[in-house]
Amino acid sequence: MSTRITVNGTEHEVDLAEDMPLLWVLRDVLNLTGTKFGCGVASCGACTVQIDGQAVRSCVMPLGQVSGAITTIEGLGTPEAPSALQQAWIDHQVAQCGYCQSGQIVQAAALLAELPDPTDEQIDAAMAGNLCRCGTYPRIRAAIHAAAQRSGS
Amino acid sequence: MSRAGTIARRTFLFGAVAITGGVAFGVWQIRKDPPNPLKTAAGETALSPFVLIDAEGVTLIAPRAEMGQGVQTTWAALLAEELDIAWEDVRVLHGPPAKAYYNSAMVAEGLPGKGYDTSEFQHSLGESLGGIGKLMDLQVTGGSTSMRDGFERMRVAGATAREMLKAAAAQRLGLDVTQLGTENGAVVSPDGTRLPYPDLAEDAARLSPPDIELRPQSEWRYLGRTMPRLDMVSKSTGTATFGIDVRQPDMRFASLRMNPAQGGAMLNFDATAAQAMPGVEKIVDLDTGVAVIATNTWTAIRAVNSIDVHWGPALYPDSTEAIFGTIAAAFDADANSTMRDDGDADSLPDAATTIEAEYRVPFLAHAAMEPMNATARISADGLELWCGNQSPLFVQTHCADAAGIDAERVTVHTPFMGGGFGRRGEVDVAVLATRIAMALPGTAVQTVWSREEDMRHDFYRPGAIARMRGAVANGTAVMLDAQVAAPNVTAQALTRWSGFAPPGPDKTTVDGLFNQPYGIPNYRVRGHIADLAVPVGFWRSVGASHNGFFHESFIDELAHAAGADPLAFRLSLVRDVHAPSAGVLEAVRDMSGWTGDTPEGVGRGVALCHSFGTPVAQVIELRQTDAGIRIADAWIACDVGTALDPGNIEAQMTGGMIYGLSAALHGEITFKNGAVQQGNFPDYDSLRMSGSPKVAVKVLETNRFLGGVGEPGTPPAAPALANALFDLTGIRARELPLKHQFSFVT
Repeated sequence: MSTRITVNGTEHEVDLAEDMPLLWVLRDVLNLTGTKFGCGVASCGACTVQIDGQAVRSCVMPLGQVSGAITTIEGLGTPEAPSALQQAWIDHQVAQCGYCQSGQIVQAAALLAELPDPTDEQIDAAMAGNLCRCGTYPRIRAAIHAAAQRSGS
Repeated sequence: MSRAGTIARRTFLFGAVAITGGVAFGVWQIRKDPPNPLKTAAGETALSPFVLIDAEGVTLIAPRAEMGQGVQTTWAALLAEELDIAWEDVRVLHGPPAKAYYNSAMVAEGLPGKGYDTSEFQHSLGESLGGIGKLMDLQVTGGSTSMRDGFERMRVAGATAREMLKAAAAQRLGLDVTQLGTENGAVVSPDGTRLPYPDLAEDAARLSPPDIELRPQSEWRYLGRTMPRLDMVSKSTGTATFGIDVRQPDMRFASLRMNPAQGGAMLNFDATAAQAMPGVEKIVDLDTGVAVIATNTWTAIRAVNSIDVHWGPALYPDSTEAIFGTIAAAFDADANSTMRDDGDADSLPDAATTIEAEYRVPFLAHAAMEPMNATARISADGLELWCGNQSPLFVQTHCADAAGIDAERVTVHTPFMGGGFGRRGEVDVAVLATRIAMALPGTAVQTVWSREEDMRHDFYRPGAIARMRGAVANGTAVMLDAQVAAPNVTAQALTRWSGFAPPGPDKTTVDGLFNQPYGIPNYRVRGHIADLAVPVGFWRSVGASHNGFFHESFIDELAHAAGADPLAFRLSLVRDVHAPSAGVLEAVRDMSGWTGDTPEGVGRGVALCHSFGTPVAQVIELRQTDAGIRIADAWIACDVGTALDPGNIEAQMTGGMIYGLSAALHGEITFKNGAVQQGNFPDYDSLRMSGSPKVAVKVLETNRFLGGVGEPGTPPAAPALANALFDLTGIRARELPLKHQFSFVT
């Protein structure tokens, strides 16, 4: 059936099954491949997007239940104009393989929108659903703190 | 610098370079380089297989796959250091599969030397034998070899290209080459005239390569510094292209299911329900499995999971218990190897106290974040393949066989890998994607494995059992007699790659056990091979991943039996054998403020492992909290000889340790009815940020030779943790994963 969704400020009309997870709509239909497939069961966070600012696991979010504006990693910033949070990721040289980092950044952006200067414990709690098999956690934490300081100063 | 000159002559002896269509360079052994694999278009000039210059500028070819270890950045730095190009102008490509890109360090890593005792002679032997890699199609990213392989070769390639460009400029300007300099991608004359490299490339290619001298370390601008990674911006903005992100016009998406009883047959299947699903285009019979091609990945995965399949039995014992029974039975047969036999491990000094212990570790999955996938298109032009992989030549030849075409007609693209850890050295993913794409000629088909399929069809880190005997007297170790039994990773992997595995003693089974830098007078290590068809493969740090745990846990047991401080005990045994190993122990002692005493509710453990040319020591501190045991802090020290990129080394050491801690806490692959029981992260979890320690890393540079960094951080993690648990609880963990025995904050 026909569904209208807004992704990164652009409205799309798609004719797809209502139970198709948003992840695959983004990746395979709209070719927004920055959002990643990791597990399909909301246990790794690689597919994290924001819907009206809330972090959501798109791999278990049926298209028919999406109500609100979707923001993906591509909507946060670009290589030419990265967001402050993405710049902190670049400054701290966070990524190794990089596959989980879209989800990490989108999750962290939602955290900072809610808690502009989070503690380590608040960061741990917010980021615990985002797996990184390369073990970049210490630099992720540092980048989040740096972005918080930058926007607070 | 005479040595660099020799190498230059050897490598570039016949180095005059033609233009269109590729060039051959001279090399040792068969006195002719493999053909230059870069098919240059008009206006492009290949100065060597590693440097491509066109009107746009210079592109560096770094034919080692980027899976997060930063190899392309540091290989680019090695080239750029000698070639004199500005960092912001560096462009890097993986390049095509080609014999010219063989891994010269891989064969040396396989030599049975202990590693820490490498003499100049052994070092040269390893370098000479490295040429064999070329004949074995070893264009492999793995074994923590990339820097050892590229350190000299890439700088020589950069320097040779620079000198050829200078010679071309000298001819054009009528000046002597010694009057010219180079700077940021141009040759500069004494009056300040700048001749950009692209303007000189064609002339340079007609010249003979001169002998070169490599710049001394004191003049390095890029090496020895933390360089901004070339892939960092794209990976922080969702614009990096991983294999799964490859998009082609009018492409289709597929998913597959292979027999969960791995290696077993497929008896029959009924795909009626799948066929009826909207978006399903084709069911593909893969003999031992089945695939669905559809309009999107979600439909393909759902459809393939709806197929009713009857599977044949596995080719190995069908339960974890029976599999470990086979591993234990290997102790009853003669040892496959005795790679260490110092003194006499069978007779004991007077008044020695003997202890014995048995250790066991489970099979482990790689669980890279990016599930296995590959995209293939078969057409009259041949096969085009996009697949994150660690061994492009093997991928090319195996896929050519699958498609029934010549290897030259297979184009392999190697995009970024969302983790490799050894899994992506295997060719099965690309071959299956090729076979699926053959069902839809002319159309690019991307085959994506579900996470469950990825976890249930891995080439696992083998399960292993160790039987340890040791003795202490007068506060020190006087005997260590270790036996390990495991299936043979090397034999399996080589057979899969090339159909043949050499017989004889296998180093991998005992790696990390026989080659540790301890001066124990009676010291024996034997390896036993379990004949098992459970698929096993290279897993970050390979043999050292289990043997590091066995050796360093048991050393801790010996220290406690001797009534000694575990760190001081190690130091006294190591100091006279290998100073860099003693150095990393001293470094973690000082970094952590190690006193040997911990207050109630705090536990500390230390471990040391020398692997892939690099000694690494780690101290881990645990705190008992109301929520469970928290891995609070970790200190890591490594000695890599020369730290080419300190920031990247710190990242690799940290990541390697966290990978090892994840396995130690959570990792376990078990079998029931021949099938792997775990399928996804809820039952095969990893350390998360909330369970990860704060980490401090120190990188030392006293080692004589360059060491690896991608793997050596992993082996000390599990024993440092288990030793800390003993300090905290008094319970000695001899079996992994630890979640069964202890409650952690996760």
